[in-house]
Amino acid sequence: MTDATTENAPYAFVRKETLEQEPAPLSVAGPLAWARANLFSSPLNAFLTLICVWLVIDTVPGLVRFYLIDAVWTGENRDACLAGKAGRPVGACWAYVADRLQYFIYGSYPVAERWRVNIVFAMFALGVFWLLWSKAPLKKIGAFFFFVILPASAFILLLGGDRAVGFLRFLILASFALAALYIVLSFAPRLMRFWIGEGQLAVEEAAPPWLRFYRPKRLILIALVVFGVLALLDDRIGLPRVDTGLWGGMTVTFLISAVGIVFSLPLGVLLALGRRSRLPAIQLLSVIFIEFVRGVPLITVLFMANTMLPLFVPQEWSPDRLLRPLVGVALFAAAYMAEVVRGGLQAIPKGQYEGAMSLGLGYWQMMRLIILPQALRIVIPGIVNTFIGLFKDTTLVAIVGIFDFLRTIEATLIDPTWATPVTRSTGYAFAAIFYFLCCWGMSRYSIAVEKRLAAGQKR
Amino acid sequence: MIAIVGFLVWSAASNAIENLRAQKIASGFGFWHNAAGFDVNQKLIPFSASGGSTYGDAFLVGLLNTLLVSALGIVFATILGFLVGVARLSNNWVIAKLAMIYVEGIRNIPLLLQLFIWYNAVLKPLPNPRESIALPAGALLNNRGLYLPDPQLGPGGGLILWAFLIGLAATFVFRAWARRQQEATGRQYPVGLVAFCLIAALPALVYVATGRPVSFVYPELAGFNLRGGIQIFPEFVALLIGLSTYTAAFIAEVVRAGILAVSKGQSEAAHALGLRNGPTLKLVVIPQAMRVIIPPLTSNYLNLTKNSSLAVVIGYPDLVQVFTGTVLNQTGQAVEVVAITMAVYLTISLVTSLIMNIYNKRMALVER
Repeated sequence: MTDATTENAPYAFVRKETLEQEPAPLSVAGPLAWARANLFSSPLNAFLTLICVWLVIDTVPGLVRFYLIDAVWTGENRDACLAGKAGRPVGACWAYVADRLQYFIYGSYPVAERWRVNIVFAMFALGVFWLLWSKAPLKKIGAFFFFVILPASAFILLLGGDRAVGFLRFLILASFALAALYIVLSFAPRLMRFWIGEGQLAVEEAAPPWLRFYRPKRLILIALVVFGVLALLDDRIGLPRVDTGLWGGMTVTFLISAVGIVFSLPLGVLLALGRRSRLPAIQLLSVIFIEFVRGVPLITVLFMANTMLPLFVPQEWSPDRLLRPLVGVALFAAAYMAEVVRGGLQAIPKGQYEGAMSLGLGYWQMMRLIILPQALRIVIPGIVNTFIGLFKDTTLVAIVGIFDFLRTIEATLIDPTWATPVTRSTGYAFAAIFYFLCCWGMSRYSIAVEKRLAAGQKR
Repeated sequence: MIAIVGFLVWSAASNAIENLRAQKIASGFGFWHNAAGFDVNQKLIPFSASGGSTYGDAFLVGLLNTLLVSALGIVFATILGFLVGVARLSNNWVIAKLAMIYVEGIRNIPLLLQLFIWYNAVLKPLPNPRESIALPAGALLNNRGLYLPDPQLGPGGGLILWAFLIGLAATFVFRAWARRQQEATGRQYPVGLVAFCLIAALPALVYVATGRPVSFVYPELAGFNLRGGIQIFPEFVALLIGLSTYTAAFIAEVVRAGILAVSKGQSEAAHALGLRNGPTLKLVVIPQAMRVIIPPLTSNYLNLTKNSSLAVVIGYPDLVQVFTGTVLNQTGQAVEVVAITMAVYLTISLVTSLIMNIYNKRMALVER
């Protein structure tokens, strides 16, 4: 034990004498006091404040003038945005964005068929709100809608043509078959004995037939209604095939991110379970997949999907040009999702597992009913973060020749109709605003969820 | 399960062989020694289409360029990230808000768009070589890149380099000695001042003593282009700025989280001992925060390295652009080329995480 009294301390920073009393502060509230505390608390701080203020004054008015005051809002072609023709200094050329907006949203999708994209957009928005708004009712149906109904109908609506309509017919038939099966089963639950076990069977038999299997029936009903409407649309208006080469713009950006999340979430859950599995072979395979995909850049995964996927399957199945990057993005996101979910699984206390086992639940029942709902709930912010990353990474598909939103902007920049010195900065600003609003909105949401989930721990 | 995976792998391989045979593409690594018929602007080793360089050389050129931009990017991103991260917690309102705007703005915009902005909207519209912007110390900036004076060592010039290296080594020795002294006796030595003397003043002294043997070749206008000097290509500058600023925003958040993870009592205790803000941060808070910071910092370094592959969109000749782009197109050997590229990135990832894990272990809290 050293003798650490003030007299013995050799350090220069240990004070040896008592300070004089200082006069009472002039003000402790009001704007002046705030400025003194937050802006000019020390000479260095005052200096830095002045530098920063100068920086802001130096840049912000110029940006405001370029993008708002001097900006051109209406016009037919490039003449409106040329300083020589307009007879005044021109800033950003928003007229160009307004003119090309349809292209930015739909790409080269035929004008007469764009209502189909709009329906998909509306369904997507509905699904997103249903799942993300915490007070929305019937969350399970919402999840079913988002993860099953939406992808199937988006495929039918966007692609159209004989194959999609054939797929629609198959879906309707399958739903009817399931409905018939459930009606039979709800009147004769004994047929289910092999699936649900004796104990559950007794519970089912005690309930009246119309209450049995209540929820699956609602899901089937929704599927039938949605697919029925689609079949009606096809019958009345017709859904001619639109080749994936024509798809582009925000449609493709949203499509890739939606496919990414819809497929990466279940796949990621499976991989995470695999990584924590006690079977060495499954564990090894999961670890290899996750570490391999996380160790390489997305670009190489896209290159691999683009050039090697067609090699790995028989030639007659050669995947569609848009499908290849979709597969790549989904697999890439799944590896990241798996690590997020693994974090959630590790955060569940051991007692939950033991409690589930003591109730006699099997592995899958335990995971489905006890562990995963809790694990996924606590990693919602992590999932949203992965999704933000995925959304930003969708821009990379441009490298393998897909016309996503950013690529459509790049394409219009060399279009002579609108080629002016200010077109490029306008187009990039528009893209930046779009991506910023989407990503920032998502990150705000994840922060709100985090706060709500942490409410229980707050004192 | 294993049977399924085994079957998938087997059928994929057999399909690949069949498809490759159908398209008459050779397999194997024979292409490695074939002559590469293209040129690359930025190269760290001699490489030219006419000089008989092979695809193997092209691979090396790309790999070295990737490593160069990643290493520099990591250094810049770390410095900027720490500054911004600390600035976000500053009690100066303006600085904290500016840092927040920087982080939120940069993080929420795709890196690819930022690279486009830096390359197409900032660096390309610069004036042509005839109207280069003159920078201090004879450097010139135009749309072909940044031209720096090229230092030429005269007789005795090598001594300066040696002085610098000796100064660097001596600084490390002195720092270790000073730390041991402080732990043993509690006395503090002026490490910063001595380091400055050894690293900066010593070479300067040698420079004067040997009769100023360093001369500079300044870039000069010759015809429509500049001659002399060191040319730094705009692709490299754009990629370096883009990668560093983007990763710095993420590092800033990591640093902020790390500092916030250190309990407030620690800095209060340091203040109570009479430490000012600076020493508190340097001696008390940051050493503890580092333990929280290092693991996510590692993944940010890895991300930066992987993101350097976006070079392909602005034409910086990195591994992906040269090898997975040009070489793949010329040889058509997709399987081999993509496999090699992936193996390289995997190796870089594994080596980086290994080094950072060793460092992490050294920094980790030693508990009983």
